[in-house]
Amino acid sequence: MESRELYQDIILDHGRKPRNFHGMEHPSHFAHGHNPLCGDRVTVFLEIEDDKIKDVSFEGRGCAISTASASLMTEVLKGKTLAEAEKLFKAFHAEVTGGEVPAVDEKLQDDFDRLAPLEGVKAYPTRVKCATLAWHAFEAALKNGATGATVKTE
Amino acid sequence: MKAAADLRAAKKTAIGFDPQRVKRDFPIFANNPGLVFLDSAASAQKPAAVIDRVSDFYRTDYANVHRGVYRLSAASSEQYENARARVARFLNAAHESEIIFVRGATEGINLVVQSWGAAFLKPGDEVLITELEHHANIVPWQLLRDRIGFTLKVAPIDATGGLDLAKLEALITPKTKMVAVTHLANATGAMVPVESIAKMAHAKGAKFLVDGCQAAPRMKVDVRAIDCDFYAFSGHKTYGPTGIGVLYGKRELLQAMPPWQAGGDMILNVTFEKTTFQDPPARFEAGTPDISGAIGLATALDYIEHLGLDAVEAHEAALTEYGIAKMAPLPGVRLVPAGQRRFGILSFAVDGIHPHDVASILDQHKVAVRAGHHCAQPLMDKLDLAATTRASFGVYNDEGDIDALVAAIKAAQKMFAD
Repeated sequence: MESRELYQDIILDHGRKPRNFHGMEHPSHFAHGHNPLCGDRVTVFLEIEDDKIKDVSFEGRGCAISTASASLMTEVLKGKTLAEAEKLFKAFHAEVTGGEVPAVDEKLQDDFDRLAPLEGVKAYPTRVKCATLAWHAFEAALKNGATGATVKTE
Repeated sequence: MKAAADLRAAKKTAIGFDPQRVKRDFPIFANNPGLVFLDSAASAQKPAAVIDRVSDFYRTDYANVHRGVYRLSAASSEQYENARARVARFLNAAHESEIIFVRGATEGINLVVQSWGAAFLKPGDEVLITELEHHANIVPWQLLRDRIGFTLKVAPIDATGGLDLAKLEALITPKTKMVAVTHLANATGAMVPVESIAKMAHAKGAKFLVDGCQAAPRMKVDVRAIDCDFYAFSGHKTYGPTGIGVLYGKRELLQAMPPWQAGGDMILNVTFEKTTFQDPPARFEAGTPDISGAIGLATALDYIEHLGLDAVEAHEAALTEYGIAKMAPLPGVRLVPAGQRRFGILSFAVDGIHPHDVASILDQHKVAVRAGHHCAQPLMDKLDLAATTRASFGVYNDEGDIDALVAAIKAAQKMFAD
């Protein structure tokens, strides 16, 4: 695989200029993700109302893959119901880990396609965790509310 | 043209061997055309001589050691003990019995901590390590400290990234029972003047342990010239097999130390009431050892001594100088500080590009380097870096490999440029 396939323009762009890259004053949920292998850290903030993600943002430092993945994640999660978010996460996780990808609703297909530039990591087992770090933090935030739980990728 | 050829010839003489020829001794390169392997600090590649020796041993001479009365077992035992003698010569140890085979430097340090440390350290005692250490020379001491309650002190680096020797000396007190330092810092390539530190430690009555993982493959190590009490290194970083390593310990110290693991081969006599133990080194080698690993390691030491350790050191020093000369002027590339002498390892940061992205892009250019905290998180914290990219050299590397590294770094910068 050429490096351009792993580092597509969309990844380089989101890595350099991450979207929704800020803290949140009163998140209903937040959690930290830590990849001890490379020291990458991300905190994902959520504002959830009536099972709907009203707002989502993140902070942290990491490689281009993990930053771009977090950035794209915030873009696709905003406005989704928790059930929709869960479906996107399952499909994305399966995609980058080389698992069997469950069918996504037609309604979510565009959002799932937006995550496609990250597929390249599946050829690089050590980089898969970079792509999933923010998603694991998102899951931990859902589970633990505003306690600021930490999830590790090892 | 002639002048250039003369210069090349002179260089070959100066370094004692031709890395291109050396490269042909390592089958990995024929099987991975174009591979630029710059991760020998993590683990070195193996020469055919080592691979063949291990394979031949299993095919022709294998049996367990120190047990059978039959000829095959006796021959196997002899080869295993010859390997010990080989290591003793490699380190210039006074006695073969000062060489204990372990799984690697990590296990060697753990042996000292769990045997010597547990037997002789008391609450109120002090153990001094440094900020340059690999986790393997930090965490075993912490675990024992938490059990016993001695004080673990840390000698700092200075602004240049080298050890601050004045501060280190001041931290050695009459309470200090052990000073444990790396010979060559794996994360930064900083050389440590172990001979000087040995004198400082011994002046206060402390024992002195050296983690020689990175130094043993790169230079002549003479444990008597250093005057260290313990010296640990790993076979797999020294062009030998994985799973084998060496702990050298001064004979009188080893004799006073209790066993740390128990089982077969380390006992004199066992009853259910009382067991008596073998003398060193057998006392510290419970169970069937890594016989083929020890024999393969002996062949690896033959191999690098055949190249000549002075020549290997000159070669690695020349590559390091060349690497510094090529990388220091690169805009946006910063070498991590490594004190007065940087040797065999170039740890660096590329502005605006995470080390894992650097390493992934280098990999696309067939340049294999390590990225991460290099199992030295406290040092990374001190240097205010989460991670670095690290290129490290072996006998098979040449200037062309560094040129490939530099070209790949430039390609990464171009890709990440705004």
